[in-house]
Amino acid sequence: MTLLITPEEKAELLEAAVKGRSLWDDAQRRLFRNKAAVGSMVVLGTLTFLAIFGPFFWPHDYETIYNDRVLQGPTWEHLHIFGTDPQGRDLFVRLLYGLRMSLAVGLVATGVSLLIGVIWGATAGYIGGRVDQIMMRIVDVLYALPFIFFVIILMVVFGRNLILIFVAIGAVEWLTMARIVRGQTISLRKKEFVEAAEAAGVTSASIVTRHIVPNVLGPVVVYVTLTIPAVILTESFLSFLGLGVQEPMTSLGNLISIGAREMEIAPWLLIFPATTMMVTLFCFNFIGDGLRDAIDPRDR
Amino acid sequence: MLAYTMRRLMVAFPTMLVIIAVAFFMMRLAPGSPFDTERALSPEIRAQLMSFYGFDKPLYIQFLDYLKGLATFDLGPSLIYKDQTVSEIIGSGFPVSMTIGLAALLLATCVGVPMGLFAALKQNSLPDYSIMAIAMAGICIPSLVTGPILSLVFGVYLGWLPTAGLDLGKMTFETLLLPVVTLSLAQIAIISRLVRSSAVEVLRSNFVRTARAKGLPEHQVLSKHALRAALLPLVSYLGPACAGLITGSVVVETVFQLPGIGKNFVTSALQRDYPVVMAVVVLYAGLIILLNLLADLAYGLLDPKVKYE
Repeated sequence: MTLLITPEEKAELLEAAVKGRSLWDDAQRRLFRNKAAVGSMVVLGTLTFLAIFGPFFWPHDYETIYNDRVLQGPTWEHLHIFGTDPQGRDLFVRLLYGLRMSLAVGLVATGVSLLIGVIWGATAGYIGGRVDQIMMRIVDVLYALPFIFFVIILMVVFGRNLILIFVAIGAVEWLTMARIVRGQTISLRKKEFVEAAEAAGVTSASIVTRHIVPNVLGPVVVYVTLTIPAVILTESFLSFLGLGVQEPMTSLGNLISIGAREMEIAPWLLIFPATTMMVTLFCFNFIGDGLRDAIDPRDR
Repeated sequence: MLAYTMRRLMVAFPTMLVIIAVAFFMMRLAPGSPFDTERALSPEIRAQLMSFYGFDKPLYIQFLDYLKGLATFDLGPSLIYKDQTVSEIIGSGFPVSMTIGLAALLLATCVGVPMGLFAALKQNSLPDYSIMAIAMAGICIPSLVTGPILSLVFGVYLGWLPTAGLDLGKMTFETLLLPVVTLSLAQIAIISRLVRSSAVEVLRSNFVRTARAKGLPEHQVLSKHALRAALLPLVSYLGPACAGLITGSVVVETVFQLPGIGKNFVTSALQRDYPVVMAVVVLYAGLIILLNLLADLAYGLLDPKVKYE
C-alpha cells in the first residue's frame, strides 16, 4: 500500500496536527453549538441590516405626514404594513429609524462605558495599594447614587441632545465594568508573564495595554453584550418620560410611549414597537449568555 | 460589628455630602430658572423673587445655606407650588412610592425565591428550562411595555381593575395591584435567576454532600443547610434591588398616574423646582446607602465566614 500524498500535502497535514486550538477557537466552537445564541445572532443581524438599509428602499419617510391617513391600521394600501401613527406617519419606517437609534445608543453608550470602565479598572488593579483603594472607593460612592435621577437632571438641564444621551448613559454603566476588570487585573498581575515583562523593564502603561487588557477581554466581552440591552432599556425609559430622543426623530422607547398613549384605539402602535424591542433585548441576552458559557465554561 | 457600623457611617457621611454637592451644582449651573413663565416677569419683580429665595447670593453661600437647612430638616419652600413646603410635597408622595416599592419587593421575593429554588432542584429538566425562560422574558420585557399592556387587558378589556390613579386619593388594594405587579415582574425574574444559580452551586458543595452522607433526610438537608447558604446572595442584592425599584417606580407612577415621588421628581426637574429635586435625590441616596449598610450587616449575621474587623 502506498501513501497517496505529495510531500507538500504531508507538510500541511503535519502542521495542522501540531497546531493546537487556542482558547478563543474553543470558545468560538462552543458558541456556535449554542442554538439560542446562533439564532439570536441571525435575528439581530437581520434586524440591524433592516434598520440601517431598510429606510433607503421604503417608499415612505419618517417625517412625512399624510393628513388623510391618520391612525390607519396595518394595511397593504399605500404599503402602510404596520399602520400609521396619530400624525399620519408610516409606522414601519419610523420603527426602523427607532430601532436604528436604539441600537446606536446601545453601542455608543456601551463603548463609552467600556472605555472608562476598562481604563479605570485596569489602572486601579494594576497599580494597587493606596491608589486602588481610593479609585475603588470612588466607584463605591458612585454606586450609591440614585443614578437615574442624575441622568434625568442632566437631560433636563442641558437640553436633550443626542451626544449627551450617549455620554450620560455610558457614564452610568461603567461602574460594574471597572469592578470586573479590576478583579481580573489583580489576579493577572501575579502571573509570570507580567513579572517577566516587569523584569525586562517594560513601562507600566504598556504592560497594561499589551498584557493586561487583552487578557481581561473575555469577561469584558460578556459584560458588554449584557450592557447593550441595559443601555437600550435606559434610553427607552428616558424617551418614555419624554426626556430622550426628540420628535420627529424617534427611538423604540419613544414609539412605545406613543403606543401606550393610543393603545385603546390603535393597539398596533404599541404592539409592533414593543415586540421589536423585546426581540432585540432577547437576542442580546441570549448572545450574552451564550458567550458567557463559551468563554467561561465553569458554570456548565 | 459596632466598630464596622460606625466606620461605614463615617464613610456614608462624606458620600452624602458629595451627592448633595453634585446635585446642587448641576441644577444651579443649568440654564433656565424656575421663574421662566409664559409671561416675562419685569426685572424688578424678578430681582425681588431672586432675593427672596436667596438666589442673588454667591453660589457657595447658597450651598452652605442649603446644608444648614438640611441639618435642621428644613427643606425649604417649593418654588412652583407656592402654598406647599418641600417636606409636605415629599410627605404626600413618599407613602405612595414606599407602599408600592415594599409591596413589589415582598411579592418579588415571595414568588422569585421559590421559583429559583424549584428550578435549581430540578436542574436541566423541563420545569427548570421553562422557569428560566419566563425569567428571561421578565428581564427582557421592560415595565414600560408590561404596564400599559396590563392596564389595557385588566383595566379596559376585562374592566376588573382601575386603569390609573388612586381611589379619591386613597391607596386601595385594587388601585395598587397593577402597579405593584408591573414593578415586581423584573425583580421576580432577577431574583429567581440569582437564587437558582446560587442554589445550584450550594447543592454541589461539600457541606451539603456531608449532610447527605451522614444520613439526614433530604428536606432537612435543604432547610437546615442548603437554604441559608443559597439565600445569601439575595441579601446582598437588596441594595441594588432597592435602586431598581426606585427607578422602576418612576415609570410605573407615570403609566398609572400615581401621585408618588418618582412622578413628582420628573415634573419638578422639568420645572426647575430645585428644592423638590434636591430633596428627592437626598432622600433616595440616603435610603440606598442605609439599605446597603443593612444588607451588609445582615450578610455578616447570616454568613459565619464573614468577620468584620
